[in-house]
Amino acid sequence: MARVDTDLPPKGGFSFDLCRRNEMLVKKGVTLPGFKKTGTTIVGLVFQDGVVLGADTRATEGPIVADKNCEKIHYMAPNIYCCGAGTAADTEAVTDMVSSQLQLHRYATGRESRVVTALTLLKSHLFSYQGHVSAALVLGGVDVTGPHLHTVYPHGSTDTLPFATMGSGSLAAMSVFESKFKEGLTRDEGISLVAEAICSGIFNDLGSGSNVDVCVITKGKTEYLRNHLLPNPRTYVSSRGYSFVNGHTEVLSTKIIPLMENVEIAEGDVMEE
Amino acid sequence: MAETLVPPKSHAIDELASERTLYPYVTGTSVIGLKYKDGVILAADLGGSYGSTLRYKSVERIKPIGKHSLLGTSGEISDFQEILKYLDELILYDNMWEDGNSLGPKEVHNYLNRMMYNRRNKFNPLWNSLVLGGVKNGQKYLGVVNMIGTHFEDNHVATGFGNHLARPILRAEWHENLSFEEAVKLVEKCLLVLLYRDRSAINKFQIQLMVKGVTCGGNITVHLVKRPIFCIYFQPYIYFT
Repeated sequence: MARVDTDLPPKGGFSFDLCRRNEMLVKKGVTLPGFKKTGTTIVGLVFQDGVVLGADTRATEGPIVADKNCEKIHYMAPNIYCCGAGTAADTEAVTDMVSSQLQLHRYATGRESRVVTALTLLKSHLFSYQGHVSAALVLGGVDVTGPHLHTVYPHGSTDTLPFATMGSGSLAAMSVFESKFKEGLTRDEGISLVAEAICSGIFNDLGSGSNVDVCVITKGKTEYLRNHLLPNPRTYVSSRGYSFVNGHTEVLSTKIIPLMENVEIAEGDVMEE
Repeated sequence: MAETLVPPKSHAIDELASERTLYPYVTGTSVIGLKYKDGVILAADLGGSYGSTLRYKSVERIKPIGKHSLLGTSGEISDFQEILKYLDELILYDNMWEDGNSLGPKEVHNYLNRMMYNRRNKFNPLWNSLVLGGVKNGQKYLGVVNMIGTHFEDNHVATGFGNHLARPILRAEWHENLSFEEAVKLVEKCLLVLLYRDRSAINKFQIQLMVKGVTCGGNITVHLVKRPIFCIYFQPYIYFT
């Protein structure tokens, strides 16, 4: 008698069958479709009263800028925000998913979410996908145990740091942090240092550009400063576009020919329908 | 049982393969250079890595060339020594003319560029990124050549990791007419960031200056980079007391 396998419950975990199919297709010469990456500079630092997160706003699709002003600082909880680098879809989906899990958890416990909760949810999800979910995150927030700043890598490892940078512009931003960071920064010093690090990424890395977003999280208050700095404005001379004023072009000679000299209205019948 | 005869392998391909550079062995990490008011400064650390081991800790990767130039290198150290030998011959032949003229940094840079590009075209590159800086007749010069023959001149340059970590700092903080103290401070800032974030960097540095035909400089060791242990590492963080 043949064994019937259809009644077995589906096995958990990631099924790598399609990955094997993709490898086979690449070997046969099929080019895989590109995906929108955020080629990014994201940073975070801990200051006196909490955490400051910063990000640039350029989303790239290979060599083309797909979005000039995208939002890379994602909401997780009222007191926790997360910057994302890597594949845009992955960072969006993963942060949205963990954000709703945190909300359900808040309803169940009746307490403010803790940063380590978000961290554990993110890292266990990313680890189970073995690095195929390409999301590199800077997670920061303030909860009852204090301010926290973590980095999460696509394979699921995490770091706890006083200052962190991720993305293609991370080295440019890190060079600013390594030379200028100190403990106990005030809120304004923190914001300006984060903005300086993001600008370093914007101007020295080709994958980052456009504007600077900043998010300041302190005990009881979060401020999301969208487009805090706009160092790359679009310069138009006038909003109407081009204007050609008399005198722009040198006039060499003028000749005026009237188009209609004599207009004779010929009497005639009205046209038949 | 008679063994099947295997035809001898073609020797020609093996000979060719062994004569080409395939990968570097003993390597130096980044070099940074910048122009300041009175001349040029080149700086590098004194490390020679053999893969992931720090094998040599007193490798001077910046050398004076002739009367007017300084050459700094990152990449294969043995190729650097070859380059120094060629440049030595070049300077020697120039001196033998005894015409009062000497090869300046622009000329040496051009020679290096030709040499690197020609080697690359023969698929046998000299595995180096070179920084050439110098002063001749009051004119400051600072240029880079890398192993594929790309060359350019700029006010501040870096090779290897220096491009990613030091260049952003230099772009933000370099300006014309840096004084000597400011320039050295800027170079030290870059070297420190490289020490933190480049795994093949060591805490011993060489800083060389070229000022109006006089080269000077020295090696310094940085002991115990003092970094505070950030409070955030202690959990639970004593925050709301």
